[in-house]
Order: sequence, then structure tokens, then C-alpha cells
Amino acid sequence: MNRAVRHESFLAWRNFRHLKWACVLSILSVGLYLGFDFPAGHNGGTWLGYTLGTIGALLIVWLMWFGIRKRRYGPGNWSLKGWLSAHVYLGLSLVIVGTLHTGFQLGWNIHSLAYILMLIVIASGAIGLLVYVRVPQLMTENRRSQSLDEMARAIVEIDGEAAKAALQLSDEFAELVRMSQNGTHIGGSFRRIITARDSGCGTARAIARAREISRNLPPVEAQKASELARILGGKLEIVQRARRDLRLKALLDLWLYIHVPVTIALVITLIAHIIAVYFYWG
Amino acid sequence: MAERFEVAILGSGPAGLSAAARAAERGLSHVVLERHDIYAQTIQRYQKGKYVMATPDNLPLRSDIGFEAGTREEILGVWGEQAERLGINLRCNANAETVEGSKGGFRITLRGGEMVEAAHVVMAIGDQGELRKVGVPGDDLPCVQYQLDDPEAFAGETIVVIGGGDSAIENAVALARQNRVYIAYRRAEWARAKSGNITAVEKAAQGDSLDILFSTSPERIEPGRIILRTPEGSREIAIDRVIARLGGIPPRGFLERCGIRFPADRNARIPELSVTYETNVEGLYVIGAPAGAPVIKQCMNQGYEVIETISGHPVEPADQPILAEKLAGLPGRPSVDEALVLIRDQLPLFDELTTLQLREFLLDSDTHLLFRGEPVTRTGGRAGTILLIGDGIVQLDLTDKSGATQTVTRTTGDFIGDVGFTSGQRRTSNVRAATDCVLIEMARRSVIKLLASSARARSIFERTIIIRQLQDSLSGDLSEADLQPLIDTAEVRRFTAGDLLIREGTTDDQNIYFIRSGSVTISSSADGRETVFGVEPAGSIVGEMALLYNRPRTADVTASVDTEALLIDGAAFKPFLDARPDLRVKIDQAVHDRVLRGVAYQQDPWRGAVADFLVEQGIGEATNALLIDESLCVRCDNCEIACAETHDGIARLDREAGPTFRQLHVPISCRHCENPHCMADCPPNALHRDEKGEVWIDKTCIGCGNCSENCPYGVIRMAVPAPKKPGLLQWLLFGRGSGPGEDKLAGKAKKAGAGGGDLPKKAMKCDLCRGTRGGPACVRACPTGAAIRISPNDYFRSMTEMPS
Repeated sequence: MNRAVRHESFLAWRNFRHLKWACVLSILSVGLYLGFDFPAGHNGGTWLGYTLGTIGALLIVWLMWFGIRKRRYGPGNWSLKGWLSAHVYLGLSLVIVGTLHTGFQLGWNIHSLAYILMLIVIASGAIGLLVYVRVPQLMTENRRSQSLDEMARAIVEIDGEAAKAALQLSDEFAELVRMSQNGTHIGGSFRRIITARDSGCGTARAIARAREISRNLPPVEAQKASELARILGGKLEIVQRARRDLRLKALLDLWLYIHVPVTIALVITLIAHIIAVYFYWG
Repeated sequence: MAERFEVAILGSGPAGLSAAARAAERGLSHVVLERHDIYAQTIQRYQKGKYVMATPDNLPLRSDIGFEAGTREEILGVWGEQAERLGINLRCNANAETVEGSKGGFRITLRGGEMVEAAHVVMAIGDQGELRKVGVPGDDLPCVQYQLDDPEAFAGETIVVIGGGDSAIENAVALARQNRVYIAYRRAEWARAKSGNITAVEKAAQGDSLDILFSTSPERIEPGRIILRTPEGSREIAIDRVIARLGGIPPRGFLERCGIRFPADRNARIPELSVTYETNVEGLYVIGAPAGAPVIKQCMNQGYEVIETISGHPVEPADQPILAEKLAGLPGRPSVDEALVLIRDQLPLFDELTTLQLREFLLDSDTHLLFRGEPVTRTGGRAGTILLIGDGIVQLDLTDKSGATQTVTRTTGDFIGDVGFTSGQRRTSNVRAATDCVLIEMARRSVIKLLASSARARSIFERTIIIRQLQDSLSGDLSEADLQPLIDTAEVRRFTAGDLLIREGTTDDQNIYFIRSGSVTISSSADGRETVFGVEPAGSIVGEMALLYNRPRTADVTASVDTEALLIDGAAFKPFLDARPDLRVKIDQAVHDRVLRGVAYQQDPWRGAVADFLVEQGIGEATNALLIDESLCVRCDNCEIACAETHDGIARLDREAGPTFRQLHVPISCRHCENPHCMADCPPNALHRDEKGEVWIDKTCIGCGNCSENCPYGVIRMAVPAPKKPGLLQWLLFGRGSGPGEDKLAGKAKKAGAGGGDLPKKAMKCDLCRGTRGGPACVRACPTGAAIRISPNDYFRSMTEMPS
């Protein structure tokens, strides 16, 4: 069946074409590394070291071009999916190319710094990859076909219901409904978003308090109070889903806050590294 | 003593005013008798700000007063001012009751007894006639009105709207925004209104401010209340106002009383007229709508021409040079009048049209002369047009689903592109002239107009479509004579979404359905729960199993969207098939394939559930839909950004909105329906459909919003195009502009008056990135492969091969 009528992941693009290329590059690098011996041992200064270093540097520049590429929407038979596929696989192969380039000679210098930064970029990318593979599905499951806007509307609706239910109860309960209305936050600080928790959540507190009070009420009122608690429980469920949604959305973006800035740092260090090498040369 | 004029003109609409203007210019003594208190009553009553078109675009205006497309106010302003400048003798509140006499001495009696005498009379009274009254006690109370100029003039009132036509519905919906409205209609369901209006009123009825009262008619009206007769008995509603929109009484009766002869047909609206618009009564002329001029510009031209004739300066009709050019290619170089006769003789399709209607039709069409062997694609490539063979033979290569190609011929009077007309499913065929040919390329809207105005054209068209559909589904080799027994029993059935075509287990009939447009869902509830076996698109045959294998119906067949199908009686089909073993083999094979697909669905109910979900989302009528696999979607919205970047800075899709089933998400984005709802009512005809199925809007959009309202999927946005942005690197490196994607602030800044605040909104929708190399940007720009654009039929078929 024609590829176009199916959903196909970027990882499987064109039958794993770029995975294959990445493997070829990696195996070739390892083969050359093992196949040749140098008097002073492996390092960046041998012809192989220079070759791997050049390949690595060009790869880095090319991988960075993805940032531009994905923002260019002009006509043409390009597919961003293909580019991401290449970005992922060739980026991962850079671990091998880069490491072999160092010849495992590390020290407290700009050269090793560049290497470390490169590993951080790749590691954050790998985390991003895992996030991309896992999180989308979790998001859909968590949303239950409700968009964030719809959740917000549902919450407002439940607030109304709760206020109505509280009318039949003492003022204390009306206070609880107000607490739930004013004291429930979705999102906010970084910690709140990433943990999807709010220790001071007005709705959670209101539910707990309503349960507590209703223990000492006569049965008829206790039942009304538990009805209110049930309504607020429904709200809490949506609120928590909304919080989880924000958390998952944040996870989808979070790794980029390491991946991108460290890439910039890497480029600067890389330039320093290359200049330094030529300086030694001279 | 009655006043005496050379010309008396009845009515001061576009035709009457234009005639009066010409009379004034020619120095002819004249009077315009207007029954209302103001000129151009019909247009005065258009809704405030209504945009009036000046079609046909290629017809030159021939009048002493100006007219070009614009708002109601602009046009009326120009007319009023110019009528005054030219010194038109306009007499308002002059309602002519009778016209008697003959050329040189007509006597017109006005209501109130006053008399006017004229040598010639020009009737330019429009086709609205008198407005129909409610016809119950109290229908002339001040709280009862028969017109509504500005729905916003009323707020906080309780209003009963009477009627079920478009104007009643439009008024009720508009009023319900700030009033409590009831709409009372005597029928049990909407019968006359446009589908867009029906959707709108039903949506409005879901709110608190509008109630629809079906099978309800007024009994009497009293100040402050109305008594209605409802199926449950009398009902009283306290009201502030009653608005009755019951249409008009056609003016034929009045014209006949004046001695004007009509064709024998009881329903004819147009009297017998000469080419100079003169009736059987010498000196008495009819122009404008009752003379078959459907649009303002033609009315105005007729007004001019009729006065020229009366004053002894006969002119050719204004469209003459255009028609001459259009018809210049005809063999033998006939004159326009000869060509019209020729076309009418040759093509029974036009039998019932008046000469004026035919002229208008041809004005909107193109004629092509093709030499033997020349390809036709050059002229008939667009699915929006239909080719009529005026003379000659055309050959077509038809390619069926299996890829087999077959050559068929079409001759004089046949259509090409007719199946494409009823079903939007894409199809390709190589078309060429087998002899020297005359082809008439007709615009879709002209054909719709033609079909609406002529029963004969309708029946010819319908028959041709039936033949083509049968040939298409069975075999192109079958001749009309072969198919005759099937055509005799053929019946076109329309189903709304959810209607049952065939019920599982029944043996009542062995009818076969050829799906013409829409799609059907095949399902079974045999084991207690519904299992979907598949979705069959337009072009499929369903219901043949019961007939072929003589067994009860094996499944339910339900219309998944509004569907049109051709029903053929099994009793006729069986002998037809028995006589053609080859065809039988072909059909057996199709059944076999479908059963296999059904088995795949059955083995994995998930597929059926997904198919069911997609059908529920209306995907059954789509030709190309955006589907997102949410397990791949990282919510980066790059699809939306890419869309905005490729289309004037405004995204035509909403990734997040729209329903999701399991991991399959149907975002708000155009699906390019087989029979696009949006195209139903586009005043400037700015919506088009290309051969590949993409529906797009051209630059002539006037921003009326009809398409957006008619679209059941909410995919058409009304927006102001965004200003141009600086380049990507400028943003990336220097932070200039708002970056890629839709600039959310652009619209707001504009509202605040920061330049271009008055730019009109235009309709914007997905055009499948037509003309853009690489195809839809949303799909190209999806980094993970979550977004695909597919033909749902391919998707449904591929689902049977998909791992679950």
C-alpha cells in the first residue's frame, strides 16, 4: 500500500534510511580506528583524527541547520520528517565519530570542553527523542478528547453546579466552594507545572474539609454535603488532568532548553577548539 | 383632465429608472409611476450594507445612470442623485390598477381614481408583486410588518416571525441575537429554505432566544398578542411585533388583466415578447424581471433599449458584440441570431429557455471549435465546468479503478464531465475530438441555473447522468439501448446521514444501489453489537449480494453522510446480468473483494470502530482530509505555522481543535468535500474546485461569509490577510517581526487603528497548497510524520491491510 495513506514515524522514514547511513558512518569510523595504528597513539592530530574531526565538525554544522530548516516553509519536495530522521540518527552517530576523534585523550582544556558539550547536546537530544516517543500518547490518553479550553469550560460549569449545591447547605460550604473557585490554580510556577501538583490546591482542600465537616452533620445534610464533595471531586479530576496536560506539554519542550543553548555554547567552543588547533599547527 | 405623456413607466426599479433616464435624455415626456413611497423599493429593502453584484461581468452596462458592484447604500445613492440630476419625473405612491387602450392612447387608472394618459407604456414592475398578507384578522395592525430592514433596530422584544422561506429564517436568526423570537411555519419541516439557513436556524434554536414552531399557523392577531393554531391546539403568545415573510403574489395576474398574453403553460412567468420587449398589445412593453432579465444590469440595459426603440432609435442588445465574439468560431460564421436558432435546434437542452435566458446562458459560457484529433483537456480541464457537445463526436479514454482503459465516444447533445458534476470524486480521462467539434463550455453555476429554470433540461440532464453512471459502474461498452431496461426502473434516491438504505436480514426487495455521491457504511448487528465492515464511497455498488446469491440482506447499509444513490430494481438487473457473463464475473469479483475487506474488519473490531468514528466526523464525504496520529504528534504546531507561512500569514487549520478517537485526531481543516457545502451559495462564484478535488477561493471573494456559514465542519475562517513579515534570518538574528506562523497580534493592532483598519475580511480556507511544489505544507512541515493528508477512501481500504 502506498506510503502516503499511512502514518509513518520519522524514525522509520524511508525504511530507516538514515539509521542505515548512521550505522555505515559509525562502523566505518570504528573500522578505521581499529585498522590503523599511529606511533603516538590515537589522537586528534593524526590524519584519521583530522578526518573524523572534520566529519564531526561538518556534521555539527549540518545538524544545526535543522533549526533553520524547520522554520523554512517554502515550496519544494522536502519533508521535515526526513530531516528530523537524519538529524536524530546522524546526531547519535556523532557520539562515535566525536569520541574516536578524541582518541580517548581528555583533559582540562577547551578541546575536551567542546567534547563534553557535544555529549550534553546529544544526551539532551536523546532524552528529547524518548520524550517524543512516549509523551504524545500519554497526552492523548490524559486529555480524553478534551482540549485545554474545553477543560477550562467544564471547570467553570462545575463551579456553577457546586455553587448551586452549596445553596442548600450552611455558609461554611459556600465558603468552601469559594475556596475551590479562587484557590485552584493550573500551572503557575515551574515547580507546579513540572510536578503537576499544587500542595495548596483550593479544591483538594475544600473536598477534604467538606468531608470533615459532614461527619458531624445530620444524615440528610450529610448527604447533601457528600453530593457537593462529589461535584468538587469531579472538578478535581479535570483540574488534575489539566495540570498533567501542562506537565506533559512542558516535558515536550523542556529538553530543548538544554539542547539549544548548549548547542550554541558548543559551536563557540568548537570554533575556539579549531582555532587553537591551527594555532598549534603554526 | 388626465395628464398626458409620451411614455408612462410603471415601476422605478433598475429597469424603470434606466428607462426614465433614457427618456429624460431623449427629451421624451415621461412619468414613472411607483407604487411605493420611494424608488427601487426591492433594493431599498435589501438588508443594510448588503453587497450587490454587477454580474455578468462581461456584459457592458448601457444606461444613463451608473451601476457597479457595491453596497446597497452606494448604489441607491448614485441612483437617487442621478435621477434628480437628469430630471426624471418620478411619482411615488402611484399604484396603477388598470392599463387600458392601445398605442398612442393608453389610459392608466391609479388607485384613488386618478388617471394618466400615455402613448406608450413600459411595465417595469419587477417580479416581487404585492407582498402576501397573513390573511387573518388583525393582519393590518401596526404591530404586524411584512418587511424587515434592520434586525438590529429591535432589542428586548418578543417577536413572532411567520414563514419558512429564506427571508423568514434569516430575519428570525438575526432578530434572535437580541430578542425573544418564535418562528411559526405551517409545514412540519423546512421545505423551501437553503440548507445553510436551515443549519443556522436550527443552531440558533438550541439557544434560549429562538423557538421553531412547525405545523403552526396564525389564527388572529390582536394588539400585544397573537393566537396560533398548533398541532396541540391554540396557543397564545404575548408579542411586541409580528413579522410575516410570506413572499409575493406574482405579477402575472396584473399583466393579464392589462391584456398581455402569456404562453399556454400555467406556470409561465414570462409573457410572449418580441425582441424589442413589446407585448401582443402594440405600444405596451414589459422589461426587467418579468421579461426574463434575472439581474440588475440586464434590467437597466433593457430600460435603455426599450426607450431607444420607442423613440425610433432601435439598438442591438448590449450583449450582441460579446455573443458575436463568443460564437464567432462556429462553422459557417452565422450571425448571433442565426447561431441562437441553430443552437436551439441542435440542442434540446435549451428548448424551454427564452431567447433572453439563452443569451444570458451563452454569455456565461464559452464556445470552442476543435479540429479532428485535437485534445479537449485544454478547454474542459476544470471540474467546475461542463462541456456540452454542440456538434461533432468526441472520444474519451476512461480509466477504471483497476487501471484498465477504455475508449468511448460522445456525440452531439452529450455532456462531458457530467458525472464529475454530481459526484466530486476525482476522475481522469483523456478527451479528444474525433471529428471537427463545437463544444460549449458551461460554468457550473450556469448549469445549476439552467436546471432550476427548465424541467426539460432537468430531465435530459438526469437521464444522461444515469446512463453515464451505469456505464461507469458496469462497463463503458454498454450502449444506451443496452441499458434501457435498467434506466426504465432507475430512480434517484436521496438519503440524509444516518438513513438506512438496506436492513440486514430482510428479503422484501432485491434493489441495487449505485452510490452517486456521499458514502455508505456497511455494518451488522447480528451478534447483538454493531460491527462496521467498511465504508463504500461514491461509485460503488451495494445491495447486489442478495440478488446474485438469492439470500436475505447480509448487512445494514446506512448513509454515512448525505448520499445520493441510483436505485435499480433487482428484477430488471438479474436478466440484464444473466445475459452478460463477463459483467457477472466482474461483479462477483467486486463482491468477493468486499467480503474479504469485511472479514478483515471483523477480525479486528478496532478497525470498524475507527471507520465508524471517521464516518461520524463526516469523513465519508471528504476527498482529502488531514488526519493526525496523536501518538506521533509532539504538539509543536509546525503544521499550523507552515500553513500560515504559506497562506498570507493566516493558518487555515486548527490542530488542537477537533475530535480524537484512540490516537486518531481529525483537526479542524478542510476535507475538500465531494459536494462542497461551501460552494452552494457564493455570490461572486469565487469558490472553485479543481480536477484533483481541491476546493479553493479566488481573489474575487467579497467576504459575505456564506461559505463559512454553510460549512458544517467550521473550516472556513473570515479574516483580514496579515501584513508581510520580515525574513526568517532577520527574526532569528535581530528579533524583527513576530517570527514564523500566524501573528496573533496583527489583527489586534489593526483594530486599534494602526493602519489598514478598514481592510475587509475575506474567507480563507485550505487550498491543499495548490500550485505549491511539494504539496500541502502542513504535511511537509510535520517533523514526526503525525500529519498526513489522504483520501479517506484510500484510508478505509488501507485499514484492512494495516496491523492493528
